[in-house]
This record gives sequence, C-alpha cells and structure tokens, in this order.
Amino acid sequence: MSASRFAHAINQALDDMMARDPAVVLLGEDIGKAGGTFAVTRGLQDKFGPDRVIDMPIAENAIAGMAVGLAMSGMKPVAEIMFMDFVTLAMDAIVNQAAKLHFMFGGQGSVPMVIRMQHGGGLNAGPQHSQCLEGWFAHIPGLKVVCPATFDDAYALLQAAIEDPNPVLFIENKALYPMKGALSDPPPRVRLGEARIARSGEDVTIVTYGAMLHTVLAAAGTLAADGIDAEVIDLRTLQPWDEAAVLASLRHTHRLVVAHEAVESFGPGAEIAARMAQVGFDELDGPIVRVGGAFVPVPFSRKLEADYMPNEQQVIAAVRATHG
Amino acid sequence: MDIERPTGESGGERPREGHLNTPDAITPPPGDDARLRNQPALLDLYERMLTIREAERNCGALFAEGAIPGFIHLSDGQEATCVGMIAALRPDDTISSTHRGHGHALAKGLSLDSFFKELMGKEDGACKGRGGSMHVADLSVGMLGANGIVGGGIAIAVGSGLAHRLQGKDAVAVSFFGDGAMAEGVLHEAMNIAALKAIPVIFVCENNGWSEFSPTATQVSFTLEKLAAAYGIAYHRIDGHDVARVAELGAAIVADVRRTGRPAVAECLTTRIRGHYEGDSQHYRDHGEPLVDPIAIARDALIGMGVEAPALDALAGQVRDRVATAIEGARSSAEPSFESVLAGVYAVEAGR
Repeated sequence: MSASRFAHAINQALDDMMARDPAVVLLGEDIGKAGGTFAVTRGLQDKFGPDRVIDMPIAENAIAGMAVGLAMSGMKPVAEIMFMDFVTLAMDAIVNQAAKLHFMFGGQGSVPMVIRMQHGGGLNAGPQHSQCLEGWFAHIPGLKVVCPATFDDAYALLQAAIEDPNPVLFIENKALYPMKGALSDPPPRVRLGEARIARSGEDVTIVTYGAMLHTVLAAAGTLAADGIDAEVIDLRTLQPWDEAAVLASLRHTHRLVVAHEAVESFGPGAEIAARMAQVGFDELDGPIVRVGGAFVPVPFSRKLEADYMPNEQQVIAAVRATHG
Repeated sequence: MDIERPTGESGGERPREGHLNTPDAITPPPGDDARLRNQPALLDLYERMLTIREAERNCGALFAEGAIPGFIHLSDGQEATCVGMIAALRPDDTISSTHRGHGHALAKGLSLDSFFKELMGKEDGACKGRGGSMHVADLSVGMLGANGIVGGGIAIAVGSGLAHRLQGKDAVAVSFFGDGAMAEGVLHEAMNIAALKAIPVIFVCENNGWSEFSPTATQVSFTLEKLAAAYGIAYHRIDGHDVARVAELGAAIVADVRRTGRPAVAECLTTRIRGHYEGDSQHYRDHGEPLVDPIAIARDALIGMGVEAPALDALAGQVRDRVATAIEGARSSAEPSFESVLAGVYAVEAGR
C-alpha cells in the first residue's frame, strides 16, 4: 500500500472501501470525471462507474438530504461538500435529519453516512473558503466528527467512519493535501473517539487535532531545546473526544494547552478546557490556555492570513503561560 | 419588462380567490380503471380513510385534554390523497412525509397501537416517545418519517429512490409534501436531480391551498405543472377529494415510474378542513368557504353503488372501536425513562 500525498491516502481508503462493500457510493460536485477540486477522488469514477461515483449538480442541501435517504435505504453514502464553508447550505439535512433520525425514530434504523469536507486556511482562499466549522457539528447530539492529521489516520479514520452506523463528518484540511509521506502497510485500524499520543512528554500537555498537529509538533521541538518537554495529544475524533486520554496526560504533566485552527471563541478548545477544569482541577498547576484563530473572518491577503493563522510562536507562548 | 403571469390551479392563481379547490376545476386525466370503481375496492379505501379520520378526531380530543403534548397537525380533508396514493404502493416502496403525516403513516402500515402510544409519548410508541406527532415513522413498512421541517423529507425520498435503483430493485419512493414546500429551495434541487439522474421518485404535492397561515397564492409565483415541465418531469393533476380517482391515477403513475425508473409529479388538489395546527383559531381564514370532505364523497359514491347506509354505519362503529381500543392501551402504557434516552443517541450497529 502506498500513497505519496495526504490526498492519496484518502483516495486509497475510498478505493478500498468501495471495492470491499458494494453499498458504498460517493456523491458530490465534480468528484467523478473531474476527480474533485483537490483531486481526492481522482480515478474512482473510471474504476467504479458513474453509478457509484456520482457527479452531482451544485446543490448541497439535496446532496446531503439524498445521502440521508440513501443511508436509510441500505446504502453507505460518502458525500463530499467541496468546501466546509458550503455546508451552511446543507445544515437541515445534516442537523435536523441525519443527526436525529436514529434517536427520533426510537432506534429504528440508522443513518450510516459520511460527509467529507475540507476546512482551513493557508491557501488565501478568503473568508468563504477557509473556515474551520467543526465545532458546530460537535455540538449536535447524533453526529460524529473526525479530523485526521496523518496518512495512516486519514486512511484508518475514513475506513472507520464509513463502517460506522452513524452520520460522520470527516473533515480534511486542504493545506495537508499536498503533504508528502507514505501509508503503513497495512495502516493500523483506529476506532472513532480514540486519541493518539503524538509526542510523549513530561512538562505540559498540548491537545490538538487536524493540520494544527504539525504546528504543535514543531512548537514542541522548539520547546524541547528550551528544556520544556511537551506531550502532544492528537484527538483525531472531536465527537466523541477522548476525555480519558486527555485526563490521563494531564495527570502526568499537570499543565494543559488546547490548540486548534478554528476560531478560539466558543471553539472545540472551550469544551475540552471546561471539562478538564472540572474533572482535572486538582491536577492543574497552572491555567488552561487555548490557542485558536482570532475572532475575525479568515482574511484574504497573504500577509493578513499568515498573521491570522495560529502559529508555532502562539503555541509556545501558550505553554509558557501555563506556568503562571 | 413583460412578466408572464402564472395560470392554473396549483400556484400563483387559483380558481377562486383564496384556497379551496373544487372538483370541477380539475383536469380529468385520461383512462378510467373500472376495478377501483367497484364496491369492495372503494369500501376498503373508505375504511382506511375513516380510520385516519377517526384516529385524528381522537387526536384532537386527546390533545385538548392534555394527553397528547406538543404540536399536532391534523389532516382532516386530506385522507383521500394519502390513502389513494399509498394504496398503489408495495411494502418495499418507501415514502417520506410531512408535519401533517399521521395519514401517511397509518396508510403505509403503522399500527394504531404504535401510533397512539407515540403521540402520547410512551416507551412502546412507534418511536419510543422520542419523536411524537411530527416524527412518526415505521421503517419496517417503508415509512421514512413524518418531518418537522417543511420540505425536509423531499431529498430523503429522492435518495431512497436512488438506493432502490442502485440495488437493482424496482421499488419506488414517494415524497409527500404540501404546497407550502413549493417555495422551499430543496424541492427545486431535488426535482432537478431526480430528472437529471433518472430516479424513481414520485413528488406528491398535497395542495390544500394553504402555506401554514397564508394562502399559497401569496407565496409562489409559479404552478407545479409548469415547474415539472421545466424539469422535464411528467405531471399529473388529481382531484384529491376523490379517493377512487387518486387510487386509480396513483396506480397508473406508480406503475409508470416503476417501469421507466423516471420521476413523476402528482399534484393532488385537496382541502385542509382544520387549522394549520390544533388550536389554530384560523382568524385569517374565511369561515364561509365550502369545505370539501373526501369521506362524504366516498360515502355518497358507495351508497350510489347500492351499499346500505346501516352497513356503512356499522363499519364506522368497528373503526371507532379499534381506535378506542388503541387509545385505551396507549393511556395505560409505560412512560419512557431518561436513562434509556441517553443510550439511544447513536446507533451501535447498522440496521433498518
């Protein structure tokens, strides 16, 4: 098994799952002939045909709603919303329909669907093509939310998302697509909701997910040179998130930073910080500090966006701030 | 700029100021299936309509006494559309429904027991008391749920129809929606895709002339007939007060969609006898307007066929007893516990 770029790992997971299970179908805008805006689905329509890799018109609400109907009728649809920003047009299908049907119908049936989207800045795509909105979905009972950061996790988490009987939002970061690397053979399986210690350390726990992992690991390297040994936890799944893993790490390091690209205010970090302040209060030797996007729409200009994106220096400053 | 004014019964201009459709305004479609004009077939449809009416009459009373909480939307006057259309369906055909979905659920096969228990919020209800009136569903009979969101079920039906096709089945999906949903964007997205991708789905508009509290004539600038034509979808207008007519045309439409795999639109002109929701004072409505009752029409037709009135009264008595028994069982049924609610947010395994 090989994949030279992050996007290829996702493509490989889709390819393998479609080959294994005829119920898996893809639907989305420009995913077939065009192979996807970021070439994530390239080649799949040629291999599986237009009935399994379905090019859809630009109609996000119907795409997501049809995925619900497909999932309720024995299929395992993987719908693509081209940019996470466009999911605003599909919120009814996801929030009112997909998330609630299993519960609302008293456990009758399930909605085994995946919605793939990509979020994040770094490409100067501007305010309507760069947002990290995963916190919205983590707030909705009935949805699962996944954000992979590595090749193996992209593959294994997508596999787990497709196998899961619930609606799963699988959120990729567009800045990761060109990242070079390789898949393990085979990639180790991962359960949804299972965090990973990306770097072991003694002095502070930094919780993160998605592309921000790489910024945090760089910061941890710089901190190590200064004698601060950070433990980095990659959540991988935001809903359900691995509270036990974070608490165990906090018990070890007694200091906590939560870092994500999403806007800091009311972001996923707020939930993690609040829970740890409650269940891990006695373990804390300093304030919990969050790192996230500033409370502004993602700006366009190269300079402004670079200034906006949470960076290594902010993570380092946050770690220092946990020391009081 | 010249703007073409819409005409016809379905949209911008209705045959009369206001709301109600009259049977004589309906275009007679071709073909006449005599089998459904016979007495046993009509009697069966009549009994199904009567069951829905009697169940909903009791819903109103139970709501008034507080035994049914929340909001309920009754379909008095619309029984012929759901009974007639669903009579044409097989158990493996799927439907999605609306906030006014009691009739669809009962006609597709939801039991009266499960229905009343659900509306009263009991653990043994169709949805274990988690959904209530606006979310009654029975996946075992292909009823994919009433829906609290106007237009919320439309794309679900299109997806279900696509699933039937991808699985190589000749089942069809039906999306019931009201004329108020004609203004929702998802209908337009769904019709475009159904036509584009040749999906076996029937868009059944139950046009009662009202978009909640507003005449639909004030809400849409087009007719469904012209909309269907724009998308290249076959359109049928049906007198939704005549259950035999709905059943025979419904059977023809379903057979056609099943055979061709292509979508169709069926606009059933019908009447909302009661308010948008129970408790609606309908201050916005002309109380002098005639209300066409499909059950009275069917009863007259049966008597015209020679059925004795006492026999129909006896049938009504049987229906009343069945409904009363279901209500009695629902009243004494157990309340759900919150512990079990927390365990039911996520599915543990796939299944339907």
